[in-house]
Amino acid sequence: MPIASERDVLRSEFRWGLLTAAAVGLIFLAILTAALAWQINPPSNVELIDPKTLHLSGEFTEDNLGTQVQGDSVTIRMIASQFAFLPRCVVAPQDRPVTLRLVSPDVIHGILVTGTNVNTMVVPGYVSQVHTTFTRTGDLLMPCHEFCGMGHSQMWATIRVVEPDAFTPDAQGRVACAQR
Amino acid sequence: MRSVERLTLAHLWAGFAAFAVACVLGVWQMWVRSPLTAPLSTPDHYYQSVTAHGVAMAYLLTTFFVMGFGYYVAETSLSRPLPGKGWAWTAYVLSLAGALTAAIPILLNKATVLYTFYPPLTGSALFYLGLVLVVVGSWIWCALMLIAMGQWRRDHPGEAVPLAMFGTTANAVMWLWTTVGVAAEVLFLILPAALGLTQTIDVGLSRTLFSWTLHAIVYFWLIPAYIAFYTMAPAEAGGRLYSDTMGRLTFVLFLIYSLPVGMHHLFMDPEHATGFKFLQMTLTVLVAVPTLLTVFTISASMEVAGRLRGGTGLFGWIRALPWERPMVLATGLAFFMLWFGGGGGLVNMSFGMNAMVHNTSWVTAHFHLIFGGTVVIMYFAIAYSIWPKLTGWQSPNVSLQRLQLWLWAIGMMVMTLPWHYLGLQGQWRRVATFDYTNPLIAPWGKWVVFSLIGGLILLLSAALFIYNLAIMHRQPARKATTSQSYALALHPPHHVPASLNGFRLWNAVVLVLMLLAYGYPIAQFFINPAPGAVVHRVD
Repeated sequence: MPIASERDVLRSEFRWGLLTAAAVGLIFLAILTAALAWQINPPSNVELIDPKTLHLSGEFTEDNLGTQVQGDSVTIRMIASQFAFLPRCVVAPQDRPVTLRLVSPDVIHGILVTGTNVNTMVVPGYVSQVHTTFTRTGDLLMPCHEFCGMGHSQMWATIRVVEPDAFTPDAQGRVACAQR
Repeated sequence: MRSVERLTLAHLWAGFAAFAVACVLGVWQMWVRSPLTAPLSTPDHYYQSVTAHGVAMAYLLTTFFVMGFGYYVAETSLSRPLPGKGWAWTAYVLSLAGALTAAIPILLNKATVLYTFYPPLTGSALFYLGLVLVVVGSWIWCALMLIAMGQWRRDHPGEAVPLAMFGTTANAVMWLWTTVGVAAEVLFLILPAALGLTQTIDVGLSRTLFSWTLHAIVYFWLIPAYIAFYTMAPAEAGGRLYSDTMGRLTFVLFLIYSLPVGMHHLFMDPEHATGFKFLQMTLTVLVAVPTLLTVFTISASMEVAGRLRGGTGLFGWIRALPWERPMVLATGLAFFMLWFGGGGGLVNMSFGMNAMVHNTSWVTAHFHLIFGGTVVIMYFAIAYSIWPKLTGWQSPNVSLQRLQLWLWAIGMMVMTLPWHYLGLQGQWRRVATFDYTNPLIAPWGKWVVFSLIGGLILLLSAALFIYNLAIMHRQPARKATTSQSYALALHPPHHVPASLNGFRLWNAVVLVLMLLAYGYPIAQFFINPAPGAVVHRVD
C-alpha cells in the first residue's frame, strides 16, 4: 500500500474539515431559521416572584388560579407544589393561543404536556411562562417532569382541551373543569 | 509489580466496584418502572437507588478511572517515573474516604436528592462533604499530571509531548475549570444550607453554577475513550495514526468548547433570557467539530491498518482489520453507538426543539448511549489492553472479552432504542412508578419491558467483565509483556507549534469564552437577586 505523503494527509484533512464545517453550518442554519423565522424559542421570560408569599396576594392567589379569558387572550395559571398542581384540571380552548403561567412555592418542578411541545422548568423564585396552541381536543396528561421529592411520581394535572363552541367563560371570564 | 501498576490497579478496581453495584441498581430501577412487580418497590427505595446509581456511575467510576488511567499514561507514554507517587496515594485515600463518607447518608436514605442535588432539597452534609473530598483528590491528580508533563518538557525542549499525555493533561486542565462551578455551588450555597447556617437558597444561581460543570464533566469522562481511539486502537489494529496534529487539535477543542456551553441544560429554565441561551447554543454546535474530526482521523487510521494487512478496494480494508482484538472491536462498537447517541444529542441541543424532549426518556437514552455505550465500552477495552501489563498475566480466554463487549453493545441498543421512542411519546424522567391503568400510559408498558431485557443483558455483560479482569490476576494465566506501546503517527511530528504542545494560550481562550458566556448570566443573580427558596431538608 502506498503510504500517503504528508501533503496528501493535510489535503484530505482539509477536505474533511470543509465537510465538517458544512455539516455544522447546516445544523446551525436550521436552528437559526426555527428561532428567527418560526419563533420557536425556549420559554425564557425572566420574571421574579417570591416563593414564600406568592399565594398570599397578587396573581397567584387561589381565586386567580385556573383558566381566565380577558378580551382575546386566554391565560392559565397554576401552582406546582409538592406533590400536586393547583388546580388539578384546567380547561383550554382548541386552536386558540393560550398562555400558561406556573410558579412553585417550594422546590424545583417542571412540566410537559404529552403529545405537545409544551415544556418548561418551574423554578422557585420565577414565573415560568409558555405560549402554545392546542390543536387536538381531549384530556392531555401534564406530569411534573423534574424530581421534587418522594411523591414526584404521583404529581400530575390534566389539561382538558375543548372545541371552541364548548369553551364558555362565565361572567368573570373563568372556565373550570368542574363546571362542565 | 512496579508501584505505578499498583496505583493504577487500586484506582481502576475502586471505579469498577462502584460500576458493578450501580449496574445491579440500574436494572432494579428499570424493573420498578415496568408493569412487572418488582421486590422492595417503594418511592423511597427507588430514589435512594437512583441517587446511588448516579453517584457511582457519574462520580466514582469515572473519576477513579480517569485518575488511574492518567497515572498509567503519564509513566508509560513519557517513559519516566511518575512524580509525586506519595501524593498520588494521598489523593487516592482522600477520594476513597470521600466516596465511603458519601455512601453512608445515601444508604441511610438521608441524601436522596439524586446526584444532581436539586436544591432547595437538601440532604445530609456528609453526602456533600464526601463528594468534595473525591473532587479534592482529583485536583491533586490534576496537579500531578501538569507536573509530569512540565518535567518531561523541561528535559525534552522543542520535542512534541506524546499525544496520549497531551490528551491526559488537556483533561486535567479542563477538569480544573469544570469543577469550579459545582465547587462554588456546594461550598457557598448547598453546604451552608445542609449545615443549617442558611434557611434559603438562590435556586437560579445554584442551577447556573451546576450547569457550568454539567457539560464539561461529560468530556472529562469521555477523553480517556478518545485517548484510546487516537493512541491505542491504531496500534492494536497494526497501523499508524493518520494525523498527530488532528489529535492535538481535538483535545484542545474539547478543552475550549466543553465549558462555555453548559446552559444548554437550562434551555427550559425561567432564570435566563433567550440571548445567552442562544449564545451558548451556538458554542454547543461547535462541540460537534472535534467529534467529527475524530471520526475521520480514526477511520483513516483504521484504513491504513486494514490496507497494511492486505485489505483492498473501497471497503475491503474493513474486513481485513483484526476484529478479534478487543480494542479494535470495542472501537468499532463505540463508533456505532456514537452515531445514535450523537444524533440524539443534536436534537437535544437544538434550542427550540429541546422542548420536545427535555426531561423525557429521550435524554436518558442519549446519555446512556454516549456515556454508558461509547465511553464505558472503551473503559472496558482500555482495561483489557492494560490489565496484562498491570498484573503481568495474559487473559487465558480473549473470546470471553469479545463476548462481553458484544453483550454490552447489544444490551445498550436494546435498552436505549425504546427509551428514545418513549421519550418522543412524552414519557417523563425520574419516575418511580407509572400508572399503567391510564390509557395514555398503558401502551408504553411493553416497551419498558423490552428495555428491561436490554438492562439484563448489560448486567450479564458487567458480571462477565469483572470475571474477565479477575482471571488476569491468577497465576495459571500466561505471562504477558509489560511494556505499553502507543500508536505512532504516519508522519511523526518533528515540530509542533507551541500552541499545540501546551495549554497557556488555551487557558486564556477559555477564560475569555467563560466571561462572555457566563459573566452576565451569573452576575445577574447579584445585580437583581431572586427571592430565595426555603430549604427543604430530606435527612
